Amino acid sequence: MRLNVTVNGEARQADDVWEGESLLYVLRERLGLPGSKNACEQGECGSCTVYLDGTPVCSCLVAAGQAEGCEVRTVEGLAEGDQLDRVQQSFVDAGAVQCGFCTPGLVVAAHDLLKRVPNPSDPEIREALAGNLCRCTGYEKILDAVRLAATR
Amino acid sequence: MEFLRPTSLAEALEAKSANPDAVPIAGGTDVMVELNFDHRRPAALLDLNRVGELAEWSVTATGTRLGAGVPYTRIIAELGDRLPGLAMASRTVGSPQIRNRGTVGGNLGASSPAGDTHPVLLATDAVVEVASVRGVREIPIGEFYRGVKRNALEPDELITAIHLPEGGGPQQFSKVGTRNAMVIAVCSFGVALHPADNRVGAGIGSAGPTPIRAVDAERFAAEELSWDSPKPLTDAVARRFGELVAAAATPIDDVRGTAAYRRHALSVLARRTLTWAWKDYARCA
Repeated sequence: MRLNVTVNGEARQADDVWEGESLLYVLRERLGLPGSKNACEQGECGSCTVYLDGTPVCSCLVAAGQAEGCEVRTVEGLAEGDQLDRVQQSFVDAGAVQCGFCTPGLVVAAHDLLKRVPNPSDPEIREALAGNLCRCTGYEKILDAVRLAATR
Repeated sequence: MEFLRPTSLAEALEAKSANPDAVPIAGGTDVMVELNFDHRRPAALLDLNRVGELAEWSVTATGTRLGAGVPYTRIIAELGDRLPGLAMASRTVGSPQIRNRGTVGGNLGASSPAGDTHPVLLATDAVVEVASVRGVREIPIGEFYRGVKRNALEPDELITAIHLPEGGGPQQFSKVGTRNAMVIAVCSFGVALHPADNRVGAGIGSAGPTPIRAVDAERFAAEELSWDSPKPLTDAVARRFGELVAAAATPIDDVRGTAAYRRHALSVLARRTLTWAWKDYARCA
């Protein structure tokens, strides 16, 4: 089937989409946006987190056809040109990136948190990031990054 | 595979009637896992996300009508006062991303004994509203679960709503898992006090082939509690309630825990949640 979806503000089209494939697969393999990562494919790890019509979701659990006509914002759509979003810059400045695989999902989840809660408490940060796993276990620096982003 | 995309309930029921093998998909948090891992190749997917009627809740003469497609995030944000037990259970589902997509309709459709909302639905006497082109049926929750991942739905039916009667009394939910987030319940328990007719509802999750109502525990608590002039719950009553809940469970040993552990944990959850609920009741009475 043909899929029409707005990604990072741009109307995109993908052809020959299999009805059962995920939005994550469409983004990575058909639209050339590999920022969202494919790890668990069961919603456990959060590495594929994107905004779907403004709501953070695991794109591996959205059937491609469910995204028809929707607005998707991926980690690639957070920066303005060369200007990183404050969450991205804070991850760099706080040293919150190790292998980097979980980073895109965490950045989107943290971006959403700060939109909803400008000055989150530590429990609020932990709760908001509870669906994102970091196999390097770099959680302390990740918390530092979110706290730093909240001050910017 | 076909992808069916109805935009109204009438269209969705037509589509399900014409394609009884179609698998309904709302939040996708169960269905997509099966597709991603090749565990399932349905002839068609029936996307319910565009059916606006399913994503609404309303107050009725007898309680709350919760559309099957209202995501957990909205239940937590909008219904914590009307449906406290269900909101508590919703808070323990998955992660923020999962709660943004997952729905009670999906929990019921999947009918996994480990589904987080089942114990509360049992404890609060929920009624499942299902519809087809043939008409609408209301199924009491106790008759809905029919086996591991099986339920009372006919092939042409869709779950449209869950009716939750006006409770009036305190409700509690508790769940055991290895961490707070992203956990499939090792076991779970929901309790609801129904002071209008001096009843207690008690539902068990993840400790049997289906969610289970702890009938003997309900009856025991209803008789022992001092409804008219609430006194503090005695340790003996709380413990006996826990024992009866544990006795109602039919758990197995599996990767998440042993049967013995589940029974023990359920007795603790039951004792604690009844104590909390009764304290709330006594404070307000």
